[in-house]
Amino acid sequence: MVHTSLDVVDEKISAMGKALVDQRELYLGLLYPTEDYKVYGYVTNSKVKFVMVVDSSNTALRDNEIRSMFRKLHSSYTDVMCNPFYNPGDRIQSRAFDSMVASLMPQVC
Amino acid sequence: MEGLTLSDAEQKYYSDLFSYCDIESTKKVAANGRVLELFRAAQLPNDVVLQITELCGAKRLGYFGRSQFYIALKLVAVAQSGFPLRVESINTVKDLPLPRFVASKNEQESRHAASYSSDSENQGSYSGVIPPPPGRGQVKKGSVSHDTVQPRAAADQQEPASPVVSPQQSPPASPHTWRKHTRHPSGGNSERPLTGPGPFWSPFGEAQSGSSAGDAVWSGHSPPPPQENWVSFADTPPTSTLLTMHPASVQDQTTVRTVASATTANEIRRQSSSYDDPWKITDEQRQYYVNQFKTIQPDLNGFIPGSAAKEFFTKSKLPILELSHIWELSDFDKDGALTLDEFCAAFHLVVARKNGYDLPEKLPESLMPKLIDLEDSADVGDQPGEVGYSGSPAEAPPSKSPSMPSLNQTWPELNQSSEDTAIVHPVPIRMTPSKIHMQEMELKRTGSDHTNPTSPLLVKTSDLSEENKINSSVKFASGNTVDGYSSSDSFTSDPEQIGNSVTHQRSHSGTSPDSAAPPPPPPRPQPSHSRSSSLDMNRTFAVTTGQQQVGVVAHPPAVPPRPQPAQAAGPVVHRPVDADGLITHTSTSPQQIPEQPNFADFSQFEVFAASNVNEEQDDEAEKHPEVLPVEKASDPANSLRVAKTDSKIEEKTAASAPANVSKGTTPLAPPPKPVRRRLKSEDELRPEVDEHTQKTGVLAAVLASQPSIPRSVGKDKKAIQASIRRNKETNTVLARLNSELQQQLKDVLEERISLEVQLEQLRPFSHL
Repeated sequence: MVHTSLDVVDEKISAMGKALVDQRELYLGLLYPTEDYKVYGYVTNSKVKFVMVVDSSNTALRDNEIRSMFRKLHSSYTDVMCNPFYNPGDRIQSRAFDSMVASLMPQVC
Repeated sequence: MEGLTLSDAEQKYYSDLFSYCDIESTKKVAANGRVLELFRAAQLPNDVVLQITELCGAKRLGYFGRSQFYIALKLVAVAQSGFPLRVESINTVKDLPLPRFVASKNEQESRHAASYSSDSENQGSYSGVIPPPPGRGQVKKGSVSHDTVQPRAAADQQEPASPVVSPQQSPPASPHTWRKHTRHPSGGNSERPLTGPGPFWSPFGEAQSGSSAGDAVWSGHSPPPPQENWVSFADTPPTSTLLTMHPASVQDQTTVRTVASATTANEIRRQSSSYDDPWKITDEQRQYYVNQFKTIQPDLNGFIPGSAAKEFFTKSKLPILELSHIWELSDFDKDGALTLDEFCAAFHLVVARKNGYDLPEKLPESLMPKLIDLEDSADVGDQPGEVGYSGSPAEAPPSKSPSMPSLNQTWPELNQSSEDTAIVHPVPIRMTPSKIHMQEMELKRTGSDHTNPTSPLLVKTSDLSEENKINSSVKFASGNTVDGYSSSDSFTSDPEQIGNSVTHQRSHSGTSPDSAAPPPPPPRPQPSHSRSSSLDMNRTFAVTTGQQQVGVVAHPPAVPPRPQPAQAAGPVVHRPVDADGLITHTSTSPQQIPEQPNFADFSQFEVFAASNVNEEQDDEAEKHPEVLPVEKASDPANSLRVAKTDSKIEEKTAASAPANVSKGTTPLAPPPKPVRRRLKSEDELRPEVDEHTQKTGVLAAVLASQPSIPRSVGKDKKAIQASIRRNKETNTVLARLNSELQQQLKDVLEERISLEVQLEQLRPFSHL
């Protein structure tokens, strides 16, 4: 998983080289032989990367769904960032953020 | 856990209590704080309460689920009945009376209890818990005790007590300081009777402090602090004694806390004790918040940047995580800054938290920003929070008062917006800018093609002598305004004219009111208006001559004012210039002069119309507005600049004619009309450029038509549009005239120069 995410990150970095603004980066196809899951990447304008790993057990999510989820994720993330008490780099402990993420889960799951 | 069988009464009672404790409306978990308060209200020894919680499994689970809660209540009843607490005693003890929870509040509490009982909802529980936070130390306890009055709905009251208890202990430092201030019953908190139970409370508080000192969790203490009499849930309104005891205890506890806490800010916050709405901000609290806001941001309508707010709230010694959560709740618009309302909400939450109240997952209604996007959501931030919170059963109205100031904040915004709209509508407002525009236009005209309109005006004014001048000056003032207005009109009409000659008049008239409404656009195009309009005017003029006849009668009165203002401006510029070129243009002037007087006559319009027709027939130039106006506009401008007598005379004659007309029409036209008239005069001026006679006739017609324009504006849009067309036509005619005059001026100047050169050449010979 970790390696996968790293690979995804690398791939995204390369994507940045060509298109700096790539909000929707659906990286499908990273399927391990044993673990078939999909990794979705999302890069913000501030080079913040969101990686979403989805098990392929459920029917493959549509691209739009993933994008909408990323948009919500991005929006929540910006809200968290707005908090002056939040130190960038810390683990996000916002309850609102967590609840939002949790709300996304049923869609993916 | 163990099977629990409850009678119907017990079931009902337990569910009510659970609802009371379920401040977060989770329907599953009773807030630990409230539960603890409830247990405290049960007047049981602390160790018993601890035991109960352990038995019911809450301690194990870490929260009070419904089953755990019910078990706990059952155990409370068991304990109150004097039976030993045993797991099996839950079901074995028969005929167990319902657990008694005594509210420790005073009469006020009882009142609150009564109110709460009426609202036996989760809200009630909520309110019960929350009131204390405002008062922080003291308020909470007082409110807690008050709230605990009612057994059922009393959940509200009770919960405040329990949460208060736990919070008090968890933040040892802050609550103490806060306690002191909470003594001040701002929100009707029944703190007064606290004196009695004081002694009782102090030990309790101490015990609590001691027990919970190390407890960082506010409401999560599974072993409720031994706040025995602190919250007493009573089926009946709590006795005043109990209430007094509670307040006293609360006070003591708060005092204890206040002593221990180092945060002075919190103390002040606690002053406000609003029992009814747990999250309601009392006036005292709000005032304190506002003062604190001012210390950071003097402008009450401004923002507190996130960094400043962070520093400020960090002083409350709350965990960063909690502060972060508070920020998330209070920063309603997510802009990273706190408005006054947002700041008050955040402050309120901090106070509540310091007093032991759990932070809600979402912003309470009373803390929610009310104003929404009147301007910034910032203003919205705090007000709704304060007011909305009253959603909790007890007191919606009272909470609104704190929000009023914030509401007022938004009102100015509303006013501003309304002002903007107001500004848009009244035409007069544009007078000033229109004046400027008028002047600009005139100046531009003098320096460019547009001078044609001005030149005729100048000519007219000069011919009309003082009267005209006076009128023109008067009208100029009005004309400025009018011009501004008319300029807007003309301005608006110009583009339309360009677009469609037929529709020009309509658009002109139609746009004139519109120009009034949207202030900015119209005035500016004016400079180009004359040109474009002149171009189109010729066409439109030719086209609309027939139409003009209809409106001619109405126009004359309106026409004069416009020309006069323009003329007034023009003459000022051109007179000195005109003096030079009088000679050559005298020939033309006579032509104009006789024509000019016609301006004043309505019949002239008919004549003018006829002449226009003739002119059209005679003068192709008129029929080709684009060519003539352009040429003549340029020429007149130059000529005007050069100040040749020809143009001057022509202008004067032309100006006199329109001046006459305008003069006659001035009294008829109100200020707005002069604006239109001015436009018309401009239009008239332009056509005049083409041919003096024609122009004068045109001017007359235009002037005649102009008066009608203002009338039509107020009356009929179509009439306005027709008048606009006429004005435009007049403008084109005048523009033509202007150009011609300027051309003549140039010729004259050239002749003069040549003559002078010859003279110079001859002089040497003369010497010889």
